[in-house]
Amino acid sequence: MASRSAQRAGDVAWARTPKVNGELFALTYGAMVKRLVEDYTEIDEVNEQLEKMGYNIGIRLVDEFLAKAGLPPCQGFQETAEVIAKVAFRMFLGVAADVTSWNSEATAFSLLLADNPLAEFVELPRQYKTLCYSNVLCGVVRGALEMVSEEMRSLGLG
Amino acid sequence: RAPAGGGAQTPVMGLQHLFIINRSGGLMYHQDLTQNAPNISENDWLLLAGTFHGLHTIASQVAPLASSGIQTVEGDSISLCCFQTQTGIKFVSTATAGTAGLDGFLHQVYQKYTDYVLKNPFYDMDQPIHCELFTRSILQLIPTFTGSRR
Repeated sequence: MASRSAQRAGDVAWARTPKVNGELFALTYGAMVKRLVEDYTEIDEVNEQLEKMGYNIGIRLVDEFLAKAGLPPCQGFQETAEVIAKVAFRMFLGVAADVTSWNSEATAFSLLLADNPLAEFVELPRQYKTLCYSNVLCGVVRGALEMVSEEMRSLGLG
Repeated sequence: RAPAGGGAQTPVMGLQHLFIINRSGGLMYHQDLTQNAPNISENDWLLLAGTFHGLHTIASQVAPLASSGIQTVEGDSISLCCFQTQTGIKFVSTATAGTAGLDGFLHQVYQKYTDYVLKNPFYDMDQPIHCELFTRSILQLIPTFTGSRR
């Protein structure tokens, strides 16, 4: 099943990638989000900024992924989704995501992160319930896909 | 460009030039990989890159079977290898005729590109590359190149 080989590729890629302390990563990200929340009055603007930052990361990250994961080009959008979830997320975040909720035309899907390394130690106070805390990830995926010429929109989630 | 014929030059096996072309055909980077590499003026480099980009695009469109463009060019005195990433960047390397292993070399260059150019916060996408660490890493790759005569 394509999913299993993607999983294996993800594990191999993850083993090869240099690692950084997970807590440092989570806390740095958290500090950045907190700073954004202080700087912008509207939570929607914070979400937008996070997405934009993610986009700028994604356009560069995709080349690293293509160079290092060594996978052949995807044969269709379904395979693209699997590769993003099982290989790319695993390679860069250490955790694979799950691909779910395909729409009927197979043009939209959801990525589910059971274990979000960005959100470790995080509790969102009630007034920030519209904040998409991990919106940077949506931007990364959008930027990455755009560079391999797939235009997309993401309806980000926290 | 082929080196001027014969003469007193002893033919040196191996890599000659590396160039990197961006999505719009502009030259991002060029590097002599050996001291014996034929000398090319700055302007000629730009022309070379633009011309190659054009030829590459035309080749992929006129090819009778589905093609991703020019991958190798073999001549009597030159070998050229081109690797185009899925993001549209072309890594091109020239070498003396019959040199093998250029594709592997270009893949290594691609990895160095992702590590030393893309991760450089002062580097703008698709612009000429002036990253010292990148140049250094390329020069370090050269002695490890195990291209052989085919």
